Amino acid sequence: MAGGLSYTIDDLNDLTQAQIYGKVLNELGRKRPEIVCLTADLAKSTKVGDFFAEFPERSFNFGIAEQNMMTAAAGMALTGLKPYVSTFGAFAAMRACEQVRTDLCYPKLNVKIVGTHAGLSMGNGGTTHHATEDLGILRTFANMTIVVPADGFETAKAIEASADYDGPMYIRVGRGFEPFVYESIDYDYKIGKAVRMREGKDLTIIACGVCVLAAIEAAEELEAEDGVSAGVINMHTIKPLDKEAILEAAGTKCIVTAEEHNILGGLGGAVAEVIAEAGLGIKFKRLGVPDVFSVIGYPEDLYAHYKIDMAGIYDGVRELLGMEKIERDDH
Amino acid sequence: MLHNCKDREELVRFLKGKAIDVRKKIIQLVVTAGGGHVGGGLSMTEILLVMYYHILNIDPKNPKKADRDRFILSKGHGGVGICPVLSEVGYFDDSMMCDFNQYLSPFGMHPDMNKVPGIDMSTGSLGHGLSIGVGLSIGARLQKQTWRSFVLLGDGECNEGSVWEAAMSAKHFGLGNLTAIVDRNKLMIDGPVSEIMEIEPFEDKWKAFGWQTKVIDGHDVNALLDVFENLPAIDSKVPLVVICNTVKGRGISFMENVTKWHYGGLDEATEKQALGDLEKMRNT
Repeated sequence: MAGGLSYTIDDLNDLTQAQIYGKVLNELGRKRPEIVCLTADLAKSTKVGDFFAEFPERSFNFGIAEQNMMTAAAGMALTGLKPYVSTFGAFAAMRACEQVRTDLCYPKLNVKIVGTHAGLSMGNGGTTHHATEDLGILRTFANMTIVVPADGFETAKAIEASADYDGPMYIRVGRGFEPFVYESIDYDYKIGKAVRMREGKDLTIIACGVCVLAAIEAAEELEAEDGVSAGVINMHTIKPLDKEAILEAAGTKCIVTAEEHNILGGLGGAVAEVIAEAGLGIKFKRLGVPDVFSVIGYPEDLYAHYKIDMAGIYDGVRELLGMEKIERDDH
Repeated sequence: MLHNCKDREELVRFLKGKAIDVRKKIIQLVVTAGGGHVGGGLSMTEILLVMYYHILNIDPKNPKKADRDRFILSKGHGGVGICPVLSEVGYFDDSMMCDFNQYLSPFGMHPDMNKVPGIDMSTGSLGHGLSIGVGLSIGARLQKQTWRSFVLLGDGECNEGSVWEAAMSAKHFGLGNLTAIVDRNKLMIDGPVSEIMEIEPFEDKWKAFGWQTKVIDGHDVNALLDVFENLPAIDSKVPLVVICNTVKGRGISFMENVTKWHYGGLDEATEKQALGDLEKMRNT
């Protein structure tokens, strides 16, 4: 652990992902005077309020003006500072979309964007505040790196790794309240290197973010109920994509992807590209938001609605394997 | 400064001569490139020459000098207008631009900071430069640097909402080390700014955003020198905008104030006429 983080589950249990981000950023801020933090009237919501309190001279609230904030971050990076821009994923990827592309990615500047409340995690905030297109949009920007931590521990590791990672990066986190996948930060984390969570010989579920835990639980259910051996890969980096891990997973002849994102353009699309270009005619299914604008509800209800919770992934795998459909009341 | 003039009179004479030399280069570059943003390239020539020769603390032999003043061409389509100035002051040789706009050339209509020496930020999409200036100025302040940031905007560009987001924040953050310059040539692609999307009362808008303002003739070298030799103190809290009234297509009889010369190409006859017009300027 390059930065010497020392958090345990006891420290993090009561924190949401976004709060953990705030805590790690403060720790980095103490060691690295070049780190500055920018937000657009979301210091409290995106949990960088602690950084603002501890480092007021290095904290900049741009008001409700994401375009100016994003480009100003580029300007700061030009002077050698390392800006962390913290806003909702929907606004980072869409309101300030061209600024991210043209001012951060094109000149390849050292700006880290932390998109919080991403995916469906804003729940009843609805479509305007959901970010189910961010991965697809940002993945097409050359020079961009995109990471989607599976839980708070991985958020800590991603933030820590980002400090020494050259170029623009989008770190996609939820609103919080996401359950933990890992029990500690004691595992190998490398940007661009997928993590094998579970071995399996009948199929592989490739997931990111909140879907990683759901995939693991679905795999356990498949084993217990149906005798199906499902592997799980945590594809925490969407770009650069770990193609080797996908090709290895393709050895199971059956791949299911699960993501809190439109099935177009994100993890599922990226995995499909690798499989197709490798000429592998394997069984394949993308789980995610089926190219619709999302409904409202608590995040857990939305994960069930779009079949990316444990039951949804379990059902999706069974369907792909040609198994009998299970009728459920709650979908 | 990148000249050896002994006094203001000599400096003005020197810069006026350079303005003709550079405009001729712009015309020739447009011919080389097969077309270019010639109108707006010609309207900002004196502004650029005053900045690069006399105001900016820069070293063309060391383009990334840490304590240099930064100059952001927010009207990024001015590639054909700024590159001849950069070559004139010594960032690179004229011959480097022989393939301007051509396949694989480092030089194009919108300058790339990673390809063109002397360019501090890649621009082209309008409405971004002033925000870059805000970030640069914050970065300078935070690191206790005394270099300045200058951002040259087009007047039509000021239709972009992000310009005003940046203007609001520059005052909010007290960035007196930031200077905006507007090339107020009053024309945009589709016609007069006043007809396409009026920006007046323009000076009042900047005042309302808390900026200090100056309005000058952007072709008057003396007026430009007066303003930029007397910038606010580096620790000033109030950013300055210099609105430079200019003529689009300046110096070329058939281009001046003509909308269509926002972008155009020249054949042998028009090139000859343009160069002749410029030579006539030398005697005025």
